[in-house]
Amino acid sequence: MVRFENVGLRYGLGPEVLRDLSFRIAPRSFQFLTGPSGAGKTSLLRMLFLSLRPTRGLITMFGRDISTLDKNAVAALRQHIGIVLQDFRLLDHMTTYENVALPFRVMGRDESTYRREVVDLLRWVGLGERMDALPPVLSGGEKQRAAIARAVIARPQLLLADEPTGNVDPTLARRLLRLFVELHRSGTSVVIATHDIALMDQYDAHRLVLHEGRLHVYE
Amino acid sequence: MPLIEGGGRRLSPIVPRGSIAGHALVAVVAIMTFLAALATGIVLLVRGAATEWQSEVASEVTIQVRPVPGRDLDRDVRRAVEIARAAAGVSEVRPFSGAESVKLLEPWLGSGLKTEDLPVPRMIVVRIAPGATADFAALRAQLAQEVPPASFDDHRAWIERMRAMTSATAFAGLGIVVLVILVTVISVSFATRGAMAASRPIVEVLHFVGAGDRYIANRFLGHFLRLGLEGAAIGGGAAILLFGLGESVSAWFSGTVVGDQFAALLGTFSLRPSGYLILAAQALLIALITVWASRRTLYATIADIE
Repeated sequence: MVRFENVGLRYGLGPEVLRDLSFRIAPRSFQFLTGPSGAGKTSLLRMLFLSLRPTRGLITMFGRDISTLDKNAVAALRQHIGIVLQDFRLLDHMTTYENVALPFRVMGRDESTYRREVVDLLRWVGLGERMDALPPVLSGGEKQRAAIARAVIARPQLLLADEPTGNVDPTLARRLLRLFVELHRSGTSVVIATHDIALMDQYDAHRLVLHEGRLHVYE
Repeated sequence: MPLIEGGGRRLSPIVPRGSIAGHALVAVVAIMTFLAALATGIVLLVRGAATEWQSEVASEVTIQVRPVPGRDLDRDVRRAVEIARAAAGVSEVRPFSGAESVKLLEPWLGSGLKTEDLPVPRMIVVRIAPGATADFAALRAQLAQEVPPASFDDHRAWIERMRAMTSATAFAGLGIVVLVILVTVISVSFATRGAMAASRPIVEVLHFVGAGDRYIANRFLGHFLRLGLEGAAIGGGAAILLFGLGESVSAWFSGTVVGDQFAALLGTFSLRPSGYLILAAQALLIALITVWASRRTLYATIADIE
């Protein structure tokens, strides 16, 4: 599904922050991406989300060399990828329901075709009572859950999450991990970037460890 | 937004109306549309007046018979009148008598002048029937042959000068309209950039959920179309009102000395329905140009936001 070969990344004329990354993300796989702060986890996630191009090396996603993709092809490919960022990126003028339903809206689907699905997912992540609330009145944890729900609602083939349990208590963290596991079982490949050792210990998965710009894979 | 019973939700717009500060853009488009309409309206008025003058001048030709020693002036005038009356397309021939010719000179030479004192030429005014085409070349040739002291003036030089003046006015007006449109495009581009900078988070999120540039641009374009139409309607409407008011005032003064002087000098102050239609079409064009300029800037800006 995703293949990195000798990928390197530098910002501007600075030193390489990621060096010689070579790994694969198989379909229906689950992996944690970990490493110390500043190791380049977010940069790697951004490359996986096609919002950052490598300065060298080859990346193929869904069988396509990403260096050959134009903007429209990138947009089409992103409809198969869900992403949860640390700063949530919810739209403040839209309700929780509308934020979560946004991927369907962008696909051009009629609201009646996805309403039940969105409502069920919001209930599942514990936001059933907050569907009509606007993000500015949600707590950090609620925003986190809404962002996760938006990323998974369209059942992406690849889910990327950057510290998805950083703002929630351990109980809810376990619940969210269960959501990711469920998604994985239904066929999605999941990459979770985290520092949380306790979270990683709860599920047996591959670990991609970034250290000093290099990636070590523990199967 | 609450669920509507038995139906769907009323979804919030992806780009909220309030997120684009449109007052400045509406004001710019309104002012530019007003100025463009003013320029076009004035060109239309000048062209209308010039056409009126031209048709009046072109419907009349003048034959001037000079007194020449050894020739009978009255006989020459009579013969010239006969030739003119016989010409095709002529509806009326009016020779000025000697006394009338002297009267024409009164403003320059004073009253009490005797014709015998000066070789005053005699004028013959020939009116052409409306819609008829007179053969001026044949008339001129026959007069030259049979009445050599007669000279024929079809006012062509005057009409040519008038045409040149009208064309110059039209070009100046067109130049102003082009400049106004250019300034509109530049202003709209800046306003669009400003609006997009404020909406950057929305564009980023739309990119995250897999929206293409076209989808995102279309969410914004509706707003810019509305702002452009609003501005164009205000500016174009104000200009149309202004010309309508001018027309009413001109009609109010018609029949008075001032009104008649004004009409004689500048023609009737009327744009006619077609003129108002042109102003409305121009306002619509400016609204569309606003949308085009916004679209161009939108695509350039969206491509820069990741």
